[in-house]
Amino acid sequence: MASTPTSVQAPGRSLWDGGVSPMGASYGKLMMWFFLLSDAFTFAAFLITYGLVRTSHPAYEGPVNEFVFSQEYWPIPEKVFQAIPFFEGNFPLVFVGIMTFVLIMSSVTMVLAVEAGHRMDRKAVEKWMLWTVIGGLTFLSCQAWEWTHFIHGQFSGDTVAAGTTFFGANLSQNQYGPPDFAGFFFFITGFHGFHVTIGVCLLFMAYYQTVMGVYERRGHYDMVEKVGLYWHFVDLVWVFVFTFFYLV
Amino acid sequence: MATHLHEETQQQVTVLPPDKEKIRKLWRVAGILAFVTGIEFAVAFLVPHEFPNTRVWIFIGLTIVKAAYIVGEFMHLRHETKVLIWSILLPMIFVVWLLIALVYEGMTIFDLRF
Repeated sequence: MASTPTSVQAPGRSLWDGGVSPMGASYGKLMMWFFLLSDAFTFAAFLITYGLVRTSHPAYEGPVNEFVFSQEYWPIPEKVFQAIPFFEGNFPLVFVGIMTFVLIMSSVTMVLAVEAGHRMDRKAVEKWMLWTVIGGLTFLSCQAWEWTHFIHGQFSGDTVAAGTTFFGANLSQNQYGPPDFAGFFFFITGFHGFHVTIGVCLLFMAYYQTVMGVYERRGHYDMVEKVGLYWHFVDLVWVFVFTFFYLV
Repeated sequence: MATHLHEETQQQVTVLPPDKEKIRKLWRVAGILAFVTGIEFAVAFLVPHEFPNTRVWIFIGLTIVKAAYIVGEFMHLRHETKVLIWSILLPMIFVVWLLIALVYEGMTIFDLRF
């Protein structure tokens, strides 16, 4: 908790009369918080629309073991996402699980970088920022593989008309279920992936400036904290995408 | 000249030793997040698909736990001033309202179509 500044204790003055920061955060951090709030609205709109469209489609009713892809009902996500690189066979949700773990770990290294920044420990900030960048790049590579696999398709494909089989997915058609399913996959994970990409750029910028001693000369590592807020938000969004797109 | 200046700035900075207690706490939060993700994984395979509502509510509950840890500890919101906490949390009411409204709408559309 931020302690109340002494100037406020003067009679007749409130926290909002100027001269102090009522929210106890720097301008940049505050604006990052409000930007993230608006960004949360955008992602919420995506995920809630997914909820709307999914509930307006029939769900698969039969036994899970006999599940097959069909345009008639919404697919069970774990039947769609069950491949991992380099190995044949079915590993439902394992790859997304790894991606989640990578992002959580990069969030930890980010928070350690912020902690090191508070102590003005440049070497430690450099180390943890670099790990965070690596985590972000790993996540992006995983997502690239996931998209490629999703687009190219798997197993038997879907019979769309007499004698025609459709493999994979695009924005108007996919083998897994109704067209909207692939549409939402591309938009939600794509928009999130775009955020991660921006995040990696920001992280690298903060890392570069740390190495160049910009923050040390400035006397604080506030920029690392701001980028950190953004990065944790990206992790937070993934937590929701993981639940509502892959698990439910 | 340049190297001399550089050395001078280096000397002005006092590097504090790592706060062991704080770092241990951060790793514990990371452990909790990984553990909760593990539970979600277990639920995905152990609770059969025949109980869709049970699954959904468990997932939503665990997701809120994870979100609370990320926002509260990693983003440090829990330790900010009350004004900042509420300025971030209160607008989320709109999201909850939109969620309830649109999912309800979706179920109505389903009833009309099928």
